[in-house]
Parts: sequence; C-alpha cells; structure tokens
Amino acid sequence: MSVDKDTVNKIARLSRIAISDAEADKMVGELNGILAWVEQLGEVDVTGVEPMTAVIPNTLRLRDDVVTDGDVRDKVLANAPAKEGSFFGVPKVIE
Amino acid sequence: MTEYRIQGNTGEWEVVIGLEVHAQVTSESKLFSGSSTGFGAEPNSHVSLVDAAMPGMLPVPNRECLRQAVRTGMAINAQINRWSRFDRKNYFYADLPQGYQISQLYHPIVGEGEIEVTLNEKDPDSVVKTIGIERIHVEQDAGKLMHDQHPTMSFVDLNRSGVALMEIVSRPDMRSPQEAGAYVKKLRSILRYVGSCDGNMEQGSMRADVNVSVRKPGGDLGTRTETKNVNSIRFMMQAIEYEAQRQVDLIESGGAVVQETRLFDANKMETRSMRSKEDAHDYRYFPDPDLLPVELDDAFLEECRASLPELPDAKRARYESLGLTAYNAAVLTAEAETAFWFEDLLAEGVDAKQGSNWLMSELFGALNKLGKTLDESPVSPKQAAELLRLVADGTISGSISKQVFEIMLETGQAASAIVEEKGLKQTSDTGAIEAEIAKIMAANEDKVTEYRSGKDKLFGFFVGQTMKAMQGKANPQIINDLLKKALG
Repeated sequence: MSVDKDTVNKIARLSRIAISDAEADKMVGELNGILAWVEQLGEVDVTGVEPMTAVIPNTLRLRDDVVTDGDVRDKVLANAPAKEGSFFGVPKVIE
Repeated sequence: MTEYRIQGNTGEWEVVIGLEVHAQVTSESKLFSGSSTGFGAEPNSHVSLVDAAMPGMLPVPNRECLRQAVRTGMAINAQINRWSRFDRKNYFYADLPQGYQISQLYHPIVGEGEIEVTLNEKDPDSVVKTIGIERIHVEQDAGKLMHDQHPTMSFVDLNRSGVALMEIVSRPDMRSPQEAGAYVKKLRSILRYVGSCDGNMEQGSMRADVNVSVRKPGGDLGTRTETKNVNSIRFMMQAIEYEAQRQVDLIESGGAVVQETRLFDANKMETRSMRSKEDAHDYRYFPDPDLLPVELDDAFLEECRASLPELPDAKRARYESLGLTAYNAAVLTAEAETAFWFEDLLAEGVDAKQGSNWLMSELFGALNKLGKTLDESPVSPKQAAELLRLVADGTISGSISKQVFEIMLETGQAASAIVEEKGLKQTSDTGAIEAEIAKIMAANEDKVTEYRSGKDKLFGFFVGQTMKAMQGKANPQIINDLLKKALG
C-alpha cells in the first residue's frame, strides 16, 4: 500500500490541515515510509488467529442509567474561542 | 392494493423507497456520559466534559441504551448480535465537538428483522406487507445549531450531543408514499409498546432519512437520492411524492439522477440539493479505540426478552379472540397509549366487548369533543370500570349511564356517588311501571286501538313513553314484559 500526492492532499483537506505543496511532497515520502514499515506485519501468517481487541483480557464496562454529570456550563464554555450567553459561537455555517 | 405508479411521458414508473429512521432511545442519561437527556433545558446545561469532547475524556456506554436497542430488535424478530462494536465516523461540523460520531458500521448490535405493515390498519381486509429491516445500530446524536440569532455567528447548544439514537435501517421494500407512511406508523407503535423511544416526531425524537429512486416496473434499481431529517409522516410522504416526480421528469428530459443528499423544504413542499462537497461522505470509519467490543451474555438477553410487553400484532389477535370486532381490535392496539388504557380497564374486571364498545364510542367521542388525548382523559380506567359495572349488573340502564358519564367528565365524581345523589338507579318496581302504563294507555286510546288492530310498530312508541314517564330509570326488559301484558 502506498499514497500519492493527491491522496495526501485529500487526507489533509478532510482533516482540516493546511499543507503547502512542498510539505505535501515531503509527506508522501514520510507516509509511504510508515506504511511500508507497518506492512512488514503482512509477513506473519495469521490464519485462524482471532483479531486482538485488548492487550489484557478485559470486557467492556457498562454504566447504569443514572444522571451523574452535567450542569457545568461555565466549565464547558470556559475555553470556547467565542460564546454568546449560554451558547458556543462559531462562524456562521448554513447550508 | 393498487400499485402506485407515476405516469411519465415514456410510460409508468415505479418508486422504490428505503428508510433510515433515527429514534432517540428513552433513557435518563446519555449514551456515553452521565449527563441528562431531558428535553428543553437551558442551553449547554446538560453537557459534561465527555459530551463537549474535552481532551482525555473517555466514553463509558450506558447499559440501558444497549438494552433498549436489543429489546427493539427482539420486537421486530431480528437477529441479535452478541458481539458488536463501536466505530468512529469522522467528519467536521460545528454540532459535533469530537470531530467524529461514535456509531456502529461494521458490527451493529441488531441484524436482520422485519415488520408487518397494513396500509390501513383500521381496515381488517387491508393487504399485509412485510418490510425488511436490515439492521439497527446505536450511535450518538449531535448538538443543535441556531443560525438566526446573530449576524455573523451560528450558536451551538450541546444538550442533545451524545444522546443515544437507534438507527433503524429498512430494506428498499416500500413502493409508495402510503407504504412508507404505514411503515413509520407501525414502527413508531412498536417502539412505544417496547418503551424504547417515545416516538415524538414534533420534538425530534424520531426522524427519517428517506432514500428514493425510480425505475420502470420490475426493472433494475435506479440511482437513489437521500432526503435527510424529515420529521413528520406527512412531510415524508410529500417528500417522496415530490422527489419521485422530480426524478422521473429529470430522466425523461434526458438528464440523470445524481446520488446526493437533499433537504425537504416543508414550506415550498419540495426537496433540494444540499450542495455538499463531493468528498463530504468520506467518513474514514475505523473501530473506536476508546471502546472494547460489546459482548452480551445470556442473562442480559434473557432479561431483555422477558421484559418485552405483548406487541401490537399479538394483542390484536388476542382481542379478536375475546370477541372484539376486527375493527375495534385494530383501533385499540394501533397506539400503545390506547392499548394500555384498555388493558387497565380489563384489569378492573370489565367485559372486553362492553369495555371496547364503550371506549370507542363514549370515551373517544367525549375526548374528541373536549379536544383531549387519552392521556389527558378526566376519567380514569378505574372510574370508567365502576360505571360499566353499574350497567352490567343492572343498577343503571345504558341510557342513564351516558348521563352519569357526562357528569363524571364535568365533576370527576365517582359513578356510584352520582347515581346515588341523583337517584338514577334503575327501578324494577312493577307497580310503579304498571301505573304509568295505565296512564299512557288512557291518554292514547286511539293508538291502543291501532296497535290492537295490527299496527305492531306502535309498540316502540309505548316503550318510549313509559321510559320517559319513568325518567329513564325503569328496567327496559320489565317495561317490555308489562307492556305486552297490558296491550294484550
């Protein structure tokens, strides 16, 4: 598996990361290096081996359905770049 | 049923519809956090640091939300997956603080099921159609955006962010707006019976994404469009009608349908393209590393099954076996609210036929006049049962019971108290009745003669007069017997 410059630019766009043309060229090399390194795992025969979901045997912990949190509006809004009254403010987004 | 067809210039077109219904799971707290799901709270007050996606916050699933999804799956006879997993659906939007929605793409908690739908549930002869359900998965809802409060900013309220949704995905098995409407109605009814969603479309706890395509009858499937977030059955049916016609017009004028997301504008009654960027749908799903797979054990599944109520189809069949007409059984079971009220009435020992007839004519009629729903009924099942018992044991006549019911609606008094206070008890005092009959016969000698010379129809006149003279309180059977004797 490898990526070309178009793919890199697309991933950057989807991730909302601005990269210059020169950076994109550099990224193609770096990402392909990473992919090639990970691809070494393909040499291992995993026929019949269950995918591992956790390093130690563990099961998903579930919560009871009770209200234990919330009512922390000021904390939630504390770091917002913009707020108006009780709301977050964001640049106008409208379809 | 007659086939729904669109008449184009090149002949008839068939409409193919599939629905993705988002149903808000009834729960106290959110899917992955302990904040409240309550509707209508102060903006951003039902938000925890998890819901606001602060760095380092970890999701912990709410057992109840998974349980409700499983129970819903069982109610539509679906395959329940003991092993399922949460995935991240990645996209950026201001109502989604995480930058991804936690959903289930590859391994949903509920697999294939089905729902039986009748086009007109109140018509026992209506054709039954089976609509396939592909899957139900559990996911997070997003926050709410407001665009009209400020000249340059949109406002974000995260109260809804992280509330659990079930996405119920149908097969493209529907062929008309009516079928789609009937499917959503039935689905909503099942959700309400199960108690997994309140089905309240006005408040947005149920909304549908509508997939529509057109084809020549029996031909290959056409390209579909998806109309998002339609929040009423009526709008959904209008959106399908408009969208199907638009596609036919487009194809017949030499164009091609583009697979795209559209919006329904209820004011203009039309759908229009959302003009999203072409790669907006590249969600780059991957398993959420914050969450282990969901593994359901026997005890959990057993409890889910044991806690399921009797469902609409089974209830309807049982009511019919109790002697109710098919029509009454269908009406009483279509909505959970009605069915549960009727069950309460039966639990008070009321006869099923008497109770159903009374509920459908008297109670529904009265509520209609008052403009109230069954939940707001001034008379409870227990109070109604007392009234019906008084009729059943002959204490009051059927016509008097209507009078008593009127007073109950106005005053909230108990039926027996009203009967006692107003002296409405039915009398079987034959002496009193005979005395009135004698008076009536004396006052209507001509009619007595006519009756005796063969005009049988006049019997009803004498019954009416006697009942009137007795102020409705005489036992009708005794009036009949005494009149027959007196008139000879």
